[in-house]
Amino acid sequence: MNNQVFVRMEDICKTFGTVKANDHINFEVNKGEIHALLGENGAGKSTLMNMLSGIYKPDSGSIYIHNQETKIGSPKESIEKGIGMIHQHYKLVEVQTAKDNVILGQTGSIFLRPKKLSEKLTKIVAQFGLSVEPDKKIYDMSIGEKQSVEILKVLYRGADILIMDEPTAVLTPQETKKLFKIMRNMASEGCAIIIITHKLHEVMEISDRVTVLHKGATVGTLSTKDTSPRELTDLMVGKSVNLSINRPEVERGEVLLSLHHLNAIDNNNVKVLKDMSFKLYKGEILGVAGVAGSGQKELCETIAGLYPVTSGDIIYSGENIVGKSPREIIKKGIAMSFVPEDRLGMGLVASMDMIDNYLLKEHHNQKGFMIKRGPIEKVCERMVEQLEIKTPSVHHPVKQLSGGNIQKVLIGREIDSNPQVLVTAYVVRGLDIGASHTIYDLLNEEKKKGVGILFIGEDLDVLLELCDRIVVLCQGEITGVVRAKDTTKEEVGYMMAGERIEGQVVAL
Amino acid sequence: MTTFLVAMVIAGTPLLFATLGELLTEKSGNLNLGVEGMMLIGAVAGFGAGYTTGNPLLAIMGAALAGGLAALIYAFLTVTLRANQVVSGLALTIFGAGVSSFVGTNFIGKKMPVEVISAFVKIKIPLLGDIPVIGDVLFNQDYFVYMGYMIAIVIGIYLYNTRFGLSLRAIGENPSAADSSGINVTVYKYVHIIVGGALCGMGGAYLAVVAVPQWQDNITAGRGWIAIALVIFVKWNPYLAIFGSYLFGGLSIIGFRLQHLNISPQFFDALPYLVTIVVLVISSIRKSKEDSPPKGLGEPYFREER
Repeated sequence: MNNQVFVRMEDICKTFGTVKANDHINFEVNKGEIHALLGENGAGKSTLMNMLSGIYKPDSGSIYIHNQETKIGSPKESIEKGIGMIHQHYKLVEVQTAKDNVILGQTGSIFLRPKKLSEKLTKIVAQFGLSVEPDKKIYDMSIGEKQSVEILKVLYRGADILIMDEPTAVLTPQETKKLFKIMRNMASEGCAIIIITHKLHEVMEISDRVTVLHKGATVGTLSTKDTSPRELTDLMVGKSVNLSINRPEVERGEVLLSLHHLNAIDNNNVKVLKDMSFKLYKGEILGVAGVAGSGQKELCETIAGLYPVTSGDIIYSGENIVGKSPREIIKKGIAMSFVPEDRLGMGLVASMDMIDNYLLKEHHNQKGFMIKRGPIEKVCERMVEQLEIKTPSVHHPVKQLSGGNIQKVLIGREIDSNPQVLVTAYVVRGLDIGASHTIYDLLNEEKKKGVGILFIGEDLDVLLELCDRIVVLCQGEITGVVRAKDTTKEEVGYMMAGERIEGQVVAL
Repeated sequence: MTTFLVAMVIAGTPLLFATLGELLTEKSGNLNLGVEGMMLIGAVAGFGAGYTTGNPLLAIMGAALAGGLAALIYAFLTVTLRANQVVSGLALTIFGAGVSSFVGTNFIGKKMPVEVISAFVKIKIPLLGDIPVIGDVLFNQDYFVYMGYMIAIVIGIYLYNTRFGLSLRAIGENPSAADSSGINVTVYKYVHIIVGGALCGMGGAYLAVVAVPQWQDNITAGRGWIAIALVIFVKWNPYLAIFGSYLFGGLSIIGFRLQHLNISPQFFDALPYLVTIVVLVISSIRKSKEDSPPKGLGEPYFREER
C-alpha cells in the first residue's frame, strides 16, 4: 500500500449563522485508498465535501492537496486541482450524448473534434472497466450507465481524487457490485476515492478506512477491517442504538385491497403498469421493491385515484374504486403519503404552515363556508408532541423545517385521518437512522391497529426487515411476491432486474 | 412565380432576424416574450439613425444596439433579479411599443434618405446569381437578406460544432450540470440574451429602413409574435429557421398575389396568425425528445436552490 497522502484537511471549521456545521474536523485520504465518510444527516459530511469541491470556503483550517496547501475558491479551481465530485443527482444533459456531456465546459480548441475525443474516451473506458457508449444519448441510458458517464466525466478531466455522494442510492444490488468493481479499479490505478454513505454494510464491503462524523465533529478514523457495523453506528449516532427494525407478529386479517390485472400507460403510450395483481391484507406491511422508476409512483397514484387506469380493477371492501375521484377514495379510508425526490413536491404546500397543510385534506369535512383553524391547531400541536416534530410553532411554513420533520408532518397527517389502507412511498428518504426508526415504529403501530400498509421503499435491507411480504417490480411488472422472512437480498435483486425465480411468482 | 419567391424572402427576412434572436435567447434557457418590443425599438432606432446621419452602417448598428439594450433590461430582470420571465418579456413588449411610438412621432411620414436606400439595393452575387430561379431568389437580393441567412448559418455552426455552442445548449437544458462543469451560467445567459435582442432589433430595422422605408407607427404589426411561434415551428434549429421564416414571409404577402381570386383580404391578413395557431397545436401534439424545447426554458437558475 502506497501511503502518499492525497487530501489532508486540518482543523476545518465552518459556521452557518449560529450553526456550527464543521467543528475542527480532521480528515485524510491516501493514494489508492477508498475512504468512507459516515454520519447522520446534518453531521457535516456534505459541508466538508463542498469545501473540497469549491462551493464553500472554510472559516478556518487548512486544506492540503497532494501535500500542498491550497485554497479552493470555485468549482473550476477544484476541477483543476484534480478533484472530481459525483453528485447524488446526476448533472447530465439528457438530450446530449455521453461524449458531449464529458467534454462540457472543457477548454481547448473552439471547434469540437468528435473523432479524437471518441478515441480518448474509449481508452479511459477500457482502462477502468467502465461500460459507456460515447455516442449514446443520456435519455436512452439506464441509471447505472448514467453513473458511469458521471465517472467518465470526472476521469476525463484528469481527476485523481473522487468524491462520490451516496452513489448506490438508486442502484440495484447487481449494479452496486459493478460500481464497486469500478471503484476498486480506480483505486488500484492510483486514485483516492471518498464515498459518502449511510449504508453500513457498504462501508464494510468497499472501504479501506472510514471516518465518522457526529454533529459537525470528527469522532474518529478507523480501519474498516478492525471495526464492526455495531461500533460504527454507535459512533455515528453518539449513543448506543438498537439497529434492528421490529416486525411485530400480527395475525393477518381479511383482504383489504386487491388489484386485478391492472394496466396503465403514460403520455408516450408506454406501459407503466403491466397486468398487476396482488392483495393487501389487514394488519400487514406489504413492501414494494424495485429500481427507481419501475412503476412505483404510478402504482401509488392509481390506488389514490390520481392516475388513469387502462384496464383492470382495484377492489376495496367489495367495491371497485377505479374511476372514483381522489376525494371519494380518501373518504373511504385510503391514505397516501408519497415523498418525492425533492421531498416537497407532492402532498404538502411548502410555503404554508402545518395547519393549512392539514386543512388541505380536512376542509371539506368542516361545515359552513368559512374555515375553522382553531380545532386543527390543537390537532397539529398534538401531532408535534407525539411525533417529536422539531418546529418553532405550528404556524411556521413547512419548507423551513428539516427534511425529516417535513416527512413526519406528511405521514402524521395521513395517519391522523385513521385510514384503513395506508400507502407510503419513500417515507424515510434521506432520513438518518434515528428519524427512520421513529417512522418505522409509527407504521408498526398502525399495523397493530389492523391497518393495511403498502410500503414502497428504496433500501432493500429495510424492506426485508420491516415488511411481511414484498412485491418486486421490474418495469411496471410484478416479477415476484415473496415472504420477507424467507428470501434473501440477492433473490430480490435478481427479480428487480427482471428475472423470475421459480416458485416465487405465486401471489401468497 | 420567381417574383413571388423573391418577395417572400424579403418579407421573411425581418422574421428570420427575430426568430434567430429568440432562438439564441431560448437556447440559454430564457423565454423572452419581448421580441415585438425589441423589434419596435430597433426599428425606430434604426430609422432614426439612418434618417439623421444618412449612414446605412449606423442605421444597422443603431438598431442592433437599441435592441441589445432593451434585451439587457430583460436580462437584468430575469437573470440577476430572477424575475418572472413571462411577465418581464410582456412588459418589454409594451415598453418597446410605447418607446417606438413616442420617439417615432418625429418621423411620421418621413422617408429614408437616398444614401441609405441606395446602400440596400439589390446586388447580384456573381456566378451564384446566374442560377435559374434560386439565383434570383437567394443571390440577387440586398445586403440585409444576405446577412440574414449568413447569420443563421453562423449560429448553426456555433451551436452544433463549437465548445461555446455546446455549453450554451447545456445551460438551456440543465444549468446545474453546466455550472458544475465550470461554465459561467450568468455570463452565457447575459451574452446570448443581449445578442438575441440585437438580432430582433435588426429585424425591426429591416422593415423601417429597407422594406418600407418610411416611418409608420407599429411598423412590425405582430411579427414579433410570429417569430416566437416560429422558434417552436423550426424546432429550435437555426438552419430550419431560414426556411420557416421565408415560408411565413410568403404567407404574409400571399394576399396581394391572390387578389383576383375574390377571397376576402381579411382572410389573407389573418393567414399567418391562423397558421401560427395550427403550428402551435401540431408542435404540442408532436412529442420527441430531440424536438422539444430546452428543458430549463423559463426556469430561473439558483445554484443553491432547495
